[in-house]
Amino acid sequence: MIGPNGSGKTTLLEVLLGLLPVASGTVRILGQLPGETDAIAYVPQDYTAAAGSALRARDMVALGLTGTSWGFRRTTAAQWKRIEDTMRAVDAFEVIDQRLATLSGGQRQRVAIAQALVSEPKLLLLDEPLANLDLRNQREVISLLDRLNSTLGVTIIMVAHDLNPLLRVLDGAVYLLDGHAHYDTLNGVVDDALLTHLYGTPLHVVRTVQGDLFVRGE
Amino acid sequence: MESIFVCLEFQTDWWQVMTSSFMRNALIGGTLVAIAAGVIGYFVVVRGTAFAAHALAHIGLPGATGAVLLGLPVTLGLAVFCVGGAIVIGALGRRRAGDREVATGTVLAFAVGLGLYFSSQATRSSSTMTNVLFGNLLAISPQELIVFAAFLVGVVAVVCAVFRPLLFASVDERVARSRRVPVRALSVLFMVLLGLVVTMSVQVVGTLLLFALVVTPAATAIMLTPRPGRAIALALVLNLLSVWAGLVVATMFSLPPSFCIVTIACTIWLVVRLTGRSRQVQL
Repeated sequence: MIGPNGSGKTTLLEVLLGLLPVASGTVRILGQLPGETDAIAYVPQDYTAAAGSALRARDMVALGLTGTSWGFRRTTAAQWKRIEDTMRAVDAFEVIDQRLATLSGGQRQRVAIAQALVSEPKLLLLDEPLANLDLRNQREVISLLDRLNSTLGVTIIMVAHDLNPLLRVLDGAVYLLDGHAHYDTLNGVVDDALLTHLYGTPLHVVRTVQGDLFVRGE
Repeated sequence: MESIFVCLEFQTDWWQVMTSSFMRNALIGGTLVAIAAGVIGYFVVVRGTAFAAHALAHIGLPGATGAVLLGLPVTLGLAVFCVGGAIVIGALGRRRAGDREVATGTVLAFAVGLGLYFSSQATRSSSTMTNVLFGNLLAISPQELIVFAAFLVGVVAVVCAVFRPLLFASVDERVARSRRVPVRALSVLFMVLLGLVVTMSVQVVGTLLLFALVVTPAATAIMLTPRPGRAIALALVLNLLSVWAGLVVATMFSLPPSFCIVTIACTIWLVVRLTGRSRQVQL
């Protein structure tokens, strides 16, 4: 989901999650009204910063599995196994017993993704998952999301303002233009005129002879 | 100069005082409050609502002095104001922390002023005022013990029932809401529980020193262990230690119990914090 700052990307995400009501019309997601399905998981921007040092990575991930159940009960061995397996799937098993505050930005993002994944969602919504990550961590998180998409069959929608790191994994993009949402496939979106109009600054799509694709300003 | 140190005189009859009936009430009351404050304190720290806890204690002041003016029980006045204030703060939610801090601080200042006014209108005002500001565990009555026991049972039962969703909502309201956790209702519920615990704790350490009983031991516990269950158990043990040891030392040297309780809790926090720092520097 792309668009300049203030175009309504996060707002649209919050509507999909049922956190914001729509002024008019109806929204259906996975065939249900927003907020009525358990099949959607959400990773907000800078998610794990809030928990600080109070929790370990494993406790944070556990909340994705048991955080909605009432009553006082222990996390079962089977649940811990599932939590550990999910931490392995996001390549963060080695930090499972560390406090969140001691983790790097890239590790925290993995923990946040693990918390979202552990409930086995069909759809994963991420708000700016690459913000505040260095180039290497950006690349690793993108590869991780690509792998989860292909191996687990999870549909992934992410909000981003920089297209470049995503071009090799994108199927298509929702773009918010002049107050309306549009969808196009990757080839339709990487268009000089569209991107220039969308971001309000001259942009060019460059294709190298190796087949790489990137967007650059003038 | 000498007279300052003369105050610290060892009381040879301290064991007789410890085993007297009013001290038994103080020990039971202190235990009930220590457990409740330990359980709720963990969530106060995780939710980052330490300032709200501090504010609630002050909002209770006009409740207490107003109750004396009207000839009602102090606990009733405290509970009405603390729980009322808690519902308002809880309904405001956790949005825009800076904005809310100013609003809470302003209400808090007004509440303390109102407390002073009520106190000035009542005849036996000065002792109530001191008791509410600094606590007086030794003045606890058997009726209050029954009320406190009921509060404690209520607080523990509710926390057990909502433990996981409350922790989930405490970490991040947006994600918890997206998973259909009733975040707003939990926020109000939590603040009501906090209001009850503050009502109890004011009796022990008073509004001015409440932080040391509700927030400090929980923060110490979280520094020592990141496991939620263990942190709560540890906060509870630290609270019990502070209250019991505080009462014993206060009796031995004829000091105000609140002072001893707060000093022990703060010293443990300081030691853990300093040794924690040096451990991190070594790493």
